[in-house]
Amino acid sequence: MTRRLVAYPDTLSAHPGERIKFMVNALGGGDYRADIVRLRCGDLNPKGAGFKETVVDSSIAGTYKGRRQEIKAGSCAIVDDDVRLSGLSSFTLTAYIWPTTPDRDRQAIIGKWCDIQRRGFALAIDEGEATLLLGDEKGQVDRIGSGTALHARQWYFIAATFDAETGIARLIQRPLDPIVGGPIEVARLAAAGHIDGDNGVPLSMAAFLAKGLRPIARYNGKIDRPRLASAALDDAAIEALAGATVPAALRDVVFGAWDFGRDIKTDRISDRSDARLDGTLLNLPARGMKGHNWDGSSMSWVATPEQYGAIHFHEDDIYDAGWEVDFEFEIPAGLKSGIYCARLQQGEEIERVPFFVRAPKGKATADTLFLVPTCSYMAYANETSTLPSGGGEHTMGHVISYGAEDLFLWTHPEYGLSFYDTHIDGSGVCYSSRLRPILNMRPGHMTGWICAGGAPWQFNADTHITDWLEAKGIEYDVATDEDLHNEGIALLQRYKSVVTGSHPEYWSTPMHDALGAWIRDGGRFAYLGANGFYWRIGFHETLPGVIELRRSEDGVRDWEADSGEYYMSFTGEYGGLWRRNGRPPQSLVGVGFVAQGFDVSSYFEFQPDAADARAGFIMQGIDPKERLGDFGSIGGGAAGLELDWVDTKLGTPWHTLRIASSLMHSNAVMLVPEEIYSATPAMSGRDNANVRADVTFFETPGGGAVFSTGSISWASALAHNNYDNNVSRMTENVLRRFVDPKPFRMPAE
Amino acid sequence: MFTIDPKRLDLAAEFRAQPVGIHSPELQAVLTVMRSLPLDQRYILIRRKPYQEWVLAQLTGVRNEPPRIYHDKVYSSPEEAEWAIFKLRWHHATGEELREEDLP
Repeated sequence: MTRRLVAYPDTLSAHPGERIKFMVNALGGGDYRADIVRLRCGDLNPKGAGFKETVVDSSIAGTYKGRRQEIKAGSCAIVDDDVRLSGLSSFTLTAYIWPTTPDRDRQAIIGKWCDIQRRGFALAIDEGEATLLLGDEKGQVDRIGSGTALHARQWYFIAATFDAETGIARLIQRPLDPIVGGPIEVARLAAAGHIDGDNGVPLSMAAFLAKGLRPIARYNGKIDRPRLASAALDDAAIEALAGATVPAALRDVVFGAWDFGRDIKTDRISDRSDARLDGTLLNLPARGMKGHNWDGSSMSWVATPEQYGAIHFHEDDIYDAGWEVDFEFEIPAGLKSGIYCARLQQGEEIERVPFFVRAPKGKATADTLFLVPTCSYMAYANETSTLPSGGGEHTMGHVISYGAEDLFLWTHPEYGLSFYDTHIDGSGVCYSSRLRPILNMRPGHMTGWICAGGAPWQFNADTHITDWLEAKGIEYDVATDEDLHNEGIALLQRYKSVVTGSHPEYWSTPMHDALGAWIRDGGRFAYLGANGFYWRIGFHETLPGVIELRRSEDGVRDWEADSGEYYMSFTGEYGGLWRRNGRPPQSLVGVGFVAQGFDVSSYFEFQPDAADARAGFIMQGIDPKERLGDFGSIGGGAAGLELDWVDTKLGTPWHTLRIASSLMHSNAVMLVPEEIYSATPAMSGRDNANVRADVTFFETPGGGAVFSTGSISWASALAHNNYDNNVSRMTENVLRRFVDPKPFRMPAE
Repeated sequence: MFTIDPKRLDLAAEFRAQPVGIHSPELQAVLTVMRSLPLDQRYILIRRKPYQEWVLAQLTGVRNEPPRIYHDKVYSSPEEAEWAIFKLRWHHATGEELREEDLP
């Protein structure tokens, strides 16, 4: 049970008249059929809203020849071939390294090595130790190892020299902390007589390059201050070469002194030697990483770049799959804004690739905007975090289930990881790209840790909202998080009302700024989910389709950023929770994350504020004595999965009405870490009344208002009883009023 | 550490009646122990058909290695599979077979 047809688009959203390219991998070849479908609901649950899609007449409809396209994962640095490199005879190579998986197979550090011809020279880790590789034009190879194993996560200085005149090769392996071990030096006559740098491959770091720039011998760990000189230097000169700057006495022989503390926001590496052999990075290794000389005096690479001269490479880093285009779809004029998919079919195998069609550029075609939380989809892209952690059953309260997508991803690590995963070396995944198939962002996808047997989450769960909007005849446009990031408040200002997805968790600063300003300027905002506005992320300044997260300091974290590595490399901003950046979700939308649990959902009871005249329009046609949302297709209730509550200390506006609050949550629904200052046995819904979701409402200056449901499973209750239920009624009451131009008034104090 | 008392068949009956959801503190303690098995023995479910068919598998403890199918029995609800796993773990923890007919 696996996947045989997988694809991705080059962009997630487009206006009519714009084109979207689709890249397809047919793993077994063969023809496939392609269509464009409009998606209303992706839920396969027979007791839920039902799977609803409609084929749209399109120019791309037809049969295509499938072909195999592969992903070449693994990050590395590449310096284009140059006569100064290919002509080298004697040399010195040095670097500071912090290996994280020294026991794995051969891993390149720096060199010009053609692995097929076994020609060139390189510093590497081989058989767990620092190793010099030499290969001459006759195919004679010499491997000189230190003979002493490297320890993971320790800084070492390593160096190698080769003197073409004497044939003597030297290798140095020296831990920076003497408790790790003493310095090792090996020197002997090399078996390879004449090294051959003229081997047609570039100089590379952290991998060797096979045909088609495929990284091989991929390294896991940090490299700092890689250096190359065109002579076999003595000890004093090696020491000088490893300094921060190029010593004047060595200027003529230094062909590379790369400073990774420069250009941290980019995918470039700068050579500070006169050779100016600048390079580029492939597949986004982690930057803004502590170097060998980090002393704890500064926590920010922005303040002390000279202490952040390391790049952390991973064999499973991936930025852009870079596949050939299989077809292009031009959004026809007049195509209604909404969620669409390229539907690819090959026998029983179906791949649906979602994209979001916007209103014509600069226009709105509806009063309501559904803001699709694509940053959160990217954050979860290809998440398999419960597999290596043993299922996460304690947390989830049920056995985890896995489907075809999970099993495919588990055996295809080259498709890349999510912000919830750790790299093969245990370090956290801090970049996530959409330029690869994202198999858990698919209609019909079930997430195995959501409820017994699995249930929709993120993208697929959000189609409960589009399904309901269509059932109620509420006209809507769609736009993505990325659109909001790029266009700012002007996008929101075109709409009377904005509706979120069920879990809009990840927000860049420009997104947050735009929403905050719009809400205070009269916008009407319906937050139909929970654990939103939680993590601060950054977009890359030049590379499209990739975001960054640092899981720093606090919050529900599947991994923890290393101390001193809380500042994002893409933006220089302090990463982590918005709460830890002075903007708790409560200050934006009235409620913020308090508890989570993924076994069963619960219901709400109305609170005294429900009787307030200001809430009259919300409560219209609803009996306040009823339970609110004692039903739902995910966990059986409208209060579940992740819960938000009010907290005036964290900025809930003074006049917020708490209309309803949930109760009766299970043993597996627990407070989040930032709500606990030290451990307590009163953690779960069984023993702590703070484990609850709040439904809230408040007015804003300028005639606007904010309605928040405080619960992710809210959307799963909308379709209950053929859309006739109190959750649906309340949501409809709010959204109808939100498009009424009559201003809301702030209450008198 | 809490150990599972094989005489507490009432807790097994409680689980049988509601495998997922609110549990008594004592059943929760049993489940906490059961869910702490070593990584290479963790039970998972493979979803063969959404909302219809689940099969029981075990993780191998090795990254990127496919889970091992435990046996070919197909469960038609996750609750049924939860109960099967509970019985396996009960036996693992206590050495005693948990038989449906012994439940109070």
